[in-house]
Amino acid sequence: MSAILEVRDLHVRLPVAAGELHAVRGIDFTVRRGETLCIVGESGCGKSMTSLAVMGLLPRRAKRQVASLRFDGIDLSSLSERQMSDIRGNRMAMIFQEPMTSLNPAYTIGNQLAEALTRHRPVSGREAEQRAVFLLEKVGITSAGDRLRQYPHQLSGGLRQRVMIALALMCDPALIIADEPTTALDVTIQAQILHLLVSLQREFNMALVLITHDLGVVARVANRVAVMYAGEIVEVGTTAELFARPMHPYTEGLLRCIPIPGRTRRDEPLGSIAGLVPSLIGQQHGCGFANRCEYVQDACREGSVLLGMEAGHAYRCLFTPEARRPAEVRS
Amino acid sequence: MSASVLETRDVRCTFSVRQGLFKPKRPLHAVNGVSLTLRKGEVLGLVGESGCGKSTLARMLLGLQAPTGGEILFEGQSIGRLDRASITRKIQTVFQDPYSSLNPRKSISSIVSLPLRVHKIGNPADWQNQVERMLDMVGLPRRVYHSYPNQLSGGQRQRVAIARALIMRPEVIICDEPTSSLDVSVQAQILNLLRELRQELGLTYLLISHNLAVIDYLASRIAVMHLGRIVEEGTTDTIMRQPSHPYTKALLASVLTPEPGLGVPATDLGTSFPSPLAPPPGCTFHPRCPAAMQVCKEAAPKPRAQADGGMVECHLYT
Ligand SMILES: Nc1ncnc2c1ncn2[C@@H]1O[C@H](COP(=O)(O)OP(=O)(O)OP(=O)(O)O)[C@@H](O)[C@H]1O
Ligand SMILES: Nc1ncnc2c1ncn2[C@@H]1O[C@H](COP(=O)(O)OP(=O)(O)O)[C@@H](O)[C@H]1O
Ligand code: SF4
Ligand code: SF4
Ligand SMILES: [Mg+2]
Ligand SMILES: [Mg+2]
Repeated sequence: MSAILEVRDLHVRLPVAAGELHAVRGIDFTVRRGETLCIVGESGCGKSMTSLAVMGLLPRRAKRQVASLRFDGIDLSSLSERQMSDIRGNRMAMIFQEPMTSLNPAYTIGNQLAEALTRHRPVSGREAEQRAVFLLEKVGITSAGDRLRQYPHQLSGGLRQRVMIALALMCDPALIIADEPTTALDVTIQAQILHLLVSLQREFNMALVLITHDLGVVARVANRVAVMYAGEIVEVGTTAELFARPMHPYTEGLLRCIPIPGRTRRDEPLGSIAGLVPSLIGQQHGCGFANRCEYVQDACREGSVLLGMEAGHAYRCLFTPEARRPAEVRS
Repeated sequence: MSASVLETRDVRCTFSVRQGLFKPKRPLHAVNGVSLTLRKGEVLGLVGESGCGKSTLARMLLGLQAPTGGEILFEGQSIGRLDRASITRKIQTVFQDPYSSLNPRKSISSIVSLPLRVHKIGNPADWQNQVERMLDMVGLPRRVYHSYPNQLSGGQRQRVAIARALIMRPEVIICDEPTSSLDVSVQAQILNLLRELRQELGLTYLLISHNLAVIDYLASRIAVMHLGRIVEEGTTDTIMRQPSHPYTKALLASVLTPEPGLGVPATDLGTSFPSPLAPPPGCTFHPRCPAAMQVCKEAAPKPRAQADGGMVECHLYT
């Protein structure tokens, strides 16, 4: 499968009162045509900054530095803001956690859906409306024709997220980046929306980058997974591989933290990861996970740790799982 | 079966809300006739989706919200006849949001000791000692004694909230989404702490969550709430393995465990979303229920006792 999106050595830095915050620290990833890549990590690890950097939507003060950023053969890093806005919402669309950040409360659903198409394609208003109705029905909204005249605030949260998905699909994109699209929704509605996203992704053969903090969502949705920690990708692999044989101590620890009904013993403590995420302000040294890792050695705190390659399954650790030893003194 | 500590009998809470400036007020039945029993030493899990009335029920149990109907009993006595102070000595709470539930201008020592000062419990000379013991117990370093909430992480703040609840030596702790705003690695630390404290101190918990996997790990019984009513209740094993109510089944199917290969199940719930301000007639779940029948649109189902001591409220079982 060929790549639709290629990101090499992406950095995002944000000036803050105490210095420079290194939110994304040199990450590489590739998204293949038609696949679902999940980027997973805990809050503050840099997931949203990564997606905004790819879309060219970073906050004004943020600095993006990237060795290569290619979408569908186009070098995005050299495009002007104007050229970028021709691609956004067109061949590459985004879905946010909070639908109201993308929906304008002052316009009807129909107007906003139609505008998304007429902005990028030479079609009549009538044709745009037809596509809007077609897609609203696709995302499971009944009596779609009537919904066109409604305003965003007249819809429930779940319906709004469905409208957002229809909006993203208007120009038949090759790639959708969805940042926590179901985090604000109730669990039954989350399952419905994810079910819908997966089936549409297959039907329209789009690539999907799904960003989430929830490893349960990842296991059920992704073809491949990239695990982020403190601004870096610490492990990447196919979903089956990564869940069956997590290679990075962080991934391994994270999987032990999640209670699974029917599997987790109720009379035993859950696994947990002691300590806190390091501050990303100022220059970073050594492995980002060193202060929480149960296998940390002196060597881990020096220099940088590279992503070791292993047949499509890579992880950022100085040691193979077999070579790891418990740390002598825990701090 | 151990004695009941807290009991609600057909308890109700109706708010009067206005949807627009010029629209008339309408009743919102946030809690619409709930009868539940919390027995000594157990963990009762309360699960349901946003707005179904979980926090309103919790606030009534804590004496923070007056019921508009029904009765709440603490150790067999009507709570209406007990004074607030004696309720707070026995029932404490840990809220969802460790960011807003702690006063940002107060130090950790003053936050944790506040209940002792308010209720004038014990000897002031001993308060520091007690606070330090609580910090040890919830796994916080003693150096946070003089810190402020904004200097602590989310998980540490939730430990402060637990220390503040425990210092009163309560019998019951009501945990309202204690881990919902935390990352999973921190959630695991807090769930372990709640589990250890219960064993050590013999506490009784009402654990509120929308996450059935969290409830399954800690609770011995589960009550499922939907639009102001308990629609099913039973032992954790029954609810998790053989749920009866279509809503419980949908909630269970929606738990996305980290097990690859299972995919995202289709729940067949449709896209309508009943508003608590205009609840549908009959069974309030009928617009989303894949098993709905004609009778469900006309008459509300009545609760029916189940073999394991639980109950279900659905026309399929009447
Ligand atoms: N003070 C109030 N005035 C008016 N309506 C209220 C008030 N408090 C709660 N409600 C309404 O009562 C219903 C139940 O609210 P409650 O906070 O108990 O839900 P919940 O189950 O705790 O939801 P969540 O999972 O989102 O915390 C909601 O429709 C809510 O909007
Ligand atoms: N506008 C901003 N100004 C300064 N720092 C920010 C800003 N937005 C995010 N950050 C910081 O950048 C880091 C990564 O944030 P983000 O990408 O939003 O994380 P995630 O989406 O993984 O939760 C965090 O440390 C966060 O506090
Ligand atoms: S490099 Fe060292 S500290 Fe980092 S994950 Fe590997 S063993 Fe742990
Ligand atoms: S009463 Fe009817 S609509 Fe309600 S849950 Fe049972 S079958 Fe479904
Ligand atoms: Mg984010
Ligand atoms: Mg609540």
